[in-house]
Amino acid sequence: MARFIARRLLLSLVTLWLLATIVFVITNVLPNDVGRTILGPFAPQESVDAMNERLGTNRPIIVRYVDSLRRIVTLDFGDSFVSQQPVVPQLAGAIGRSAQLAGLALLITIPISIVAGLFAARRRDRRVDRAIVLLGVTSSSIPEFVTGTILVVVVGVQLGWLPVLATPPSDSDPLTTIRYLLMPAIAMAIVYFGYIARMTRAGTIEVLQSDYIRTATMKGLTTRQTMFRHVLRNALVPTVAVIAVQVGYLFGGIIAVEKIFNYNGMGQTMLMAAQRKDIPMLTAGVIAVGIVYMLSTLIADMVMAWMNPRIRLDAER
Amino acid sequence: MDIPVTPVAPAPTAPAAATAVSERAQARRETLRLLFRRPAFIVGIIVLVGWIITAVLGERITPYDPFNAFGLGHQPPSLEHLLGTDRLGRDVLSRVMVGSRDVLIVAPLAATLGVVAGTLLGLVMGFYRGPIDDILSRLVEAFLALPVILVALLTLVVLGSSSLVVVFVVGILFTPIVARTVRSAVLIERQLDYVTAARLRGESGPFILSREIFPNVLGPTIVELTVRFGYAIFTVATLSFLGVGIQPPSADWGLTVSEEYTNMISGVWWPTLFPALAIASTVVAVNLIADSLQSVLNE
Repeated sequence: MARFIARRLLLSLVTLWLLATIVFVITNVLPNDVGRTILGPFAPQESVDAMNERLGTNRPIIVRYVDSLRRIVTLDFGDSFVSQQPVVPQLAGAIGRSAQLAGLALLITIPISIVAGLFAARRRDRRVDRAIVLLGVTSSSIPEFVTGTILVVVVGVQLGWLPVLATPPSDSDPLTTIRYLLMPAIAMAIVYFGYIARMTRAGTIEVLQSDYIRTATMKGLTTRQTMFRHVLRNALVPTVAVIAVQVGYLFGGIIAVEKIFNYNGMGQTMLMAAQRKDIPMLTAGVIAVGIVYMLSTLIADMVMAWMNPRIRLDAER
Repeated sequence: MDIPVTPVAPAPTAPAAATAVSERAQARRETLRLLFRRPAFIVGIIVLVGWIITAVLGERITPYDPFNAFGLGHQPPSLEHLLGTDRLGRDVLSRVMVGSRDVLIVAPLAATLGVVAGTLLGLVMGFYRGPIDDILSRLVEAFLALPVILVALLTLVVLGSSSLVVVFVVGILFTPIVARTVRSAVLIERQLDYVTAARLRGESGPFILSREIFPNVLGPTIVELTVRFGYAIFTVATLSFLGVGIQPPSADWGLTVSEEYTNMISGVWWPTLFPALAIASTVVAVNLIADSLQSVLNE
């Protein structure tokens, strides 16, 4: 297992380096004049030069590249163009608040989708199964902001059941906070339901057809025993993988949800940064989400290796 | 030795090729027949074609001018304005009818770009394996770690928003995903006997890739194209909602939602809800088509 983890960590580092390089290309190579991009086409040349001088974007590209890698290693993305404060502490707070929202969304969606997927797989090709599959396709194809809009109109405004803005009053208890976060979390949960349920269904169907399940049934185990001892452990391997991928994806969808519900998380921070062309903030955001994605896939790989030793052994070979 | 073979060869291959083509056409007809027996596929096609028709006919069938007929703002749905009016007093129904114009051009272009580039990359990675595959696979993995919406936001800020940039950003971000799918399909194909046979005949790598393997991974590629089309609408709509996608004065649905959503709280829900439902119906329609295609081709 130690070898597996070491190998996997090394791969993550390579991916992180490539990720940093891609982001560097977007921010430093694509625009031919960073200062001009920020100040706009009508700014006088002196201002643009002064801006490039201040940002260090007039230095040779190699120097800037090495500098950008150093920033990732030291987790120092410089000062925001707008607030002149270091980017990382500002972003950390916002990511924390977004993580609360994302965590709640996952907490809602994971159990429901896995149960729905298992339920559908056991009743393959029957009406319930078709309905769940159709629901999955529908739910995962509608963007979060559309679901959010419909929820606000129906549940928030017409029925008045839940608050339409996600930011709770500053001194509210955890339960009130959850009440405020519930609607945006549901908007996100609906999108992930489709992916997780369909993956669970496919994984379970494959396992249910295998020889060892037939053996388990024939040696007289009850359905319950077969499901818990033999089916789940193998059937959920692809589900774990898809959840890990969704965790990274969650932070993309959260931007739109935070905009609809006016929630002060990293989505709002990124949008604000985009409006003000605050490139250090955006860069730090992309790298941060990249790191979150890599950590979650790393954890998922370990969980999968624990669930199915064959994965671990294949990787070590 | 080659000289006597060449004139003889075309004679037997020509009819063989003809039967192969007709067989392929027959298979295609069979696939279509199976598709049209699926209610999900028919519903998807009807909804999608419906939006295309309203987008193309546009002002000729809308009850009001969607862009220039300003009246009383924020009138609730009534017999006069079936879906109400927006903040500038324009008819919501008319605007929703032409609201798919931009997204139905931008999204297919982005999906096509992603699928063409991804298929080429996937074919090369899966077929040649070795160091090319190792390096490209790492790069693909790094791209997959990029949060699509966030990177699109960053790139559109850096390059400025325009539909063309949206097409390129979304297309390029889709490329590695498609490449991974095509690569795994090619990995299975390259071990089959017909590839070995082609190798033994002494065919070149590019020939085997384009004439032997590619037709056999065409199924998954077409499925991928429809799936990507759905995701492209999803992504472009989200980007428009975030203000960096399709720009005003378009009646684009995502853009309209972003212009009107703050009024929902005060009870003016109609200019937001109807475009939102229009987006939902379109993405669901495309995904129903993709899903039916996938199950029919897998059967």
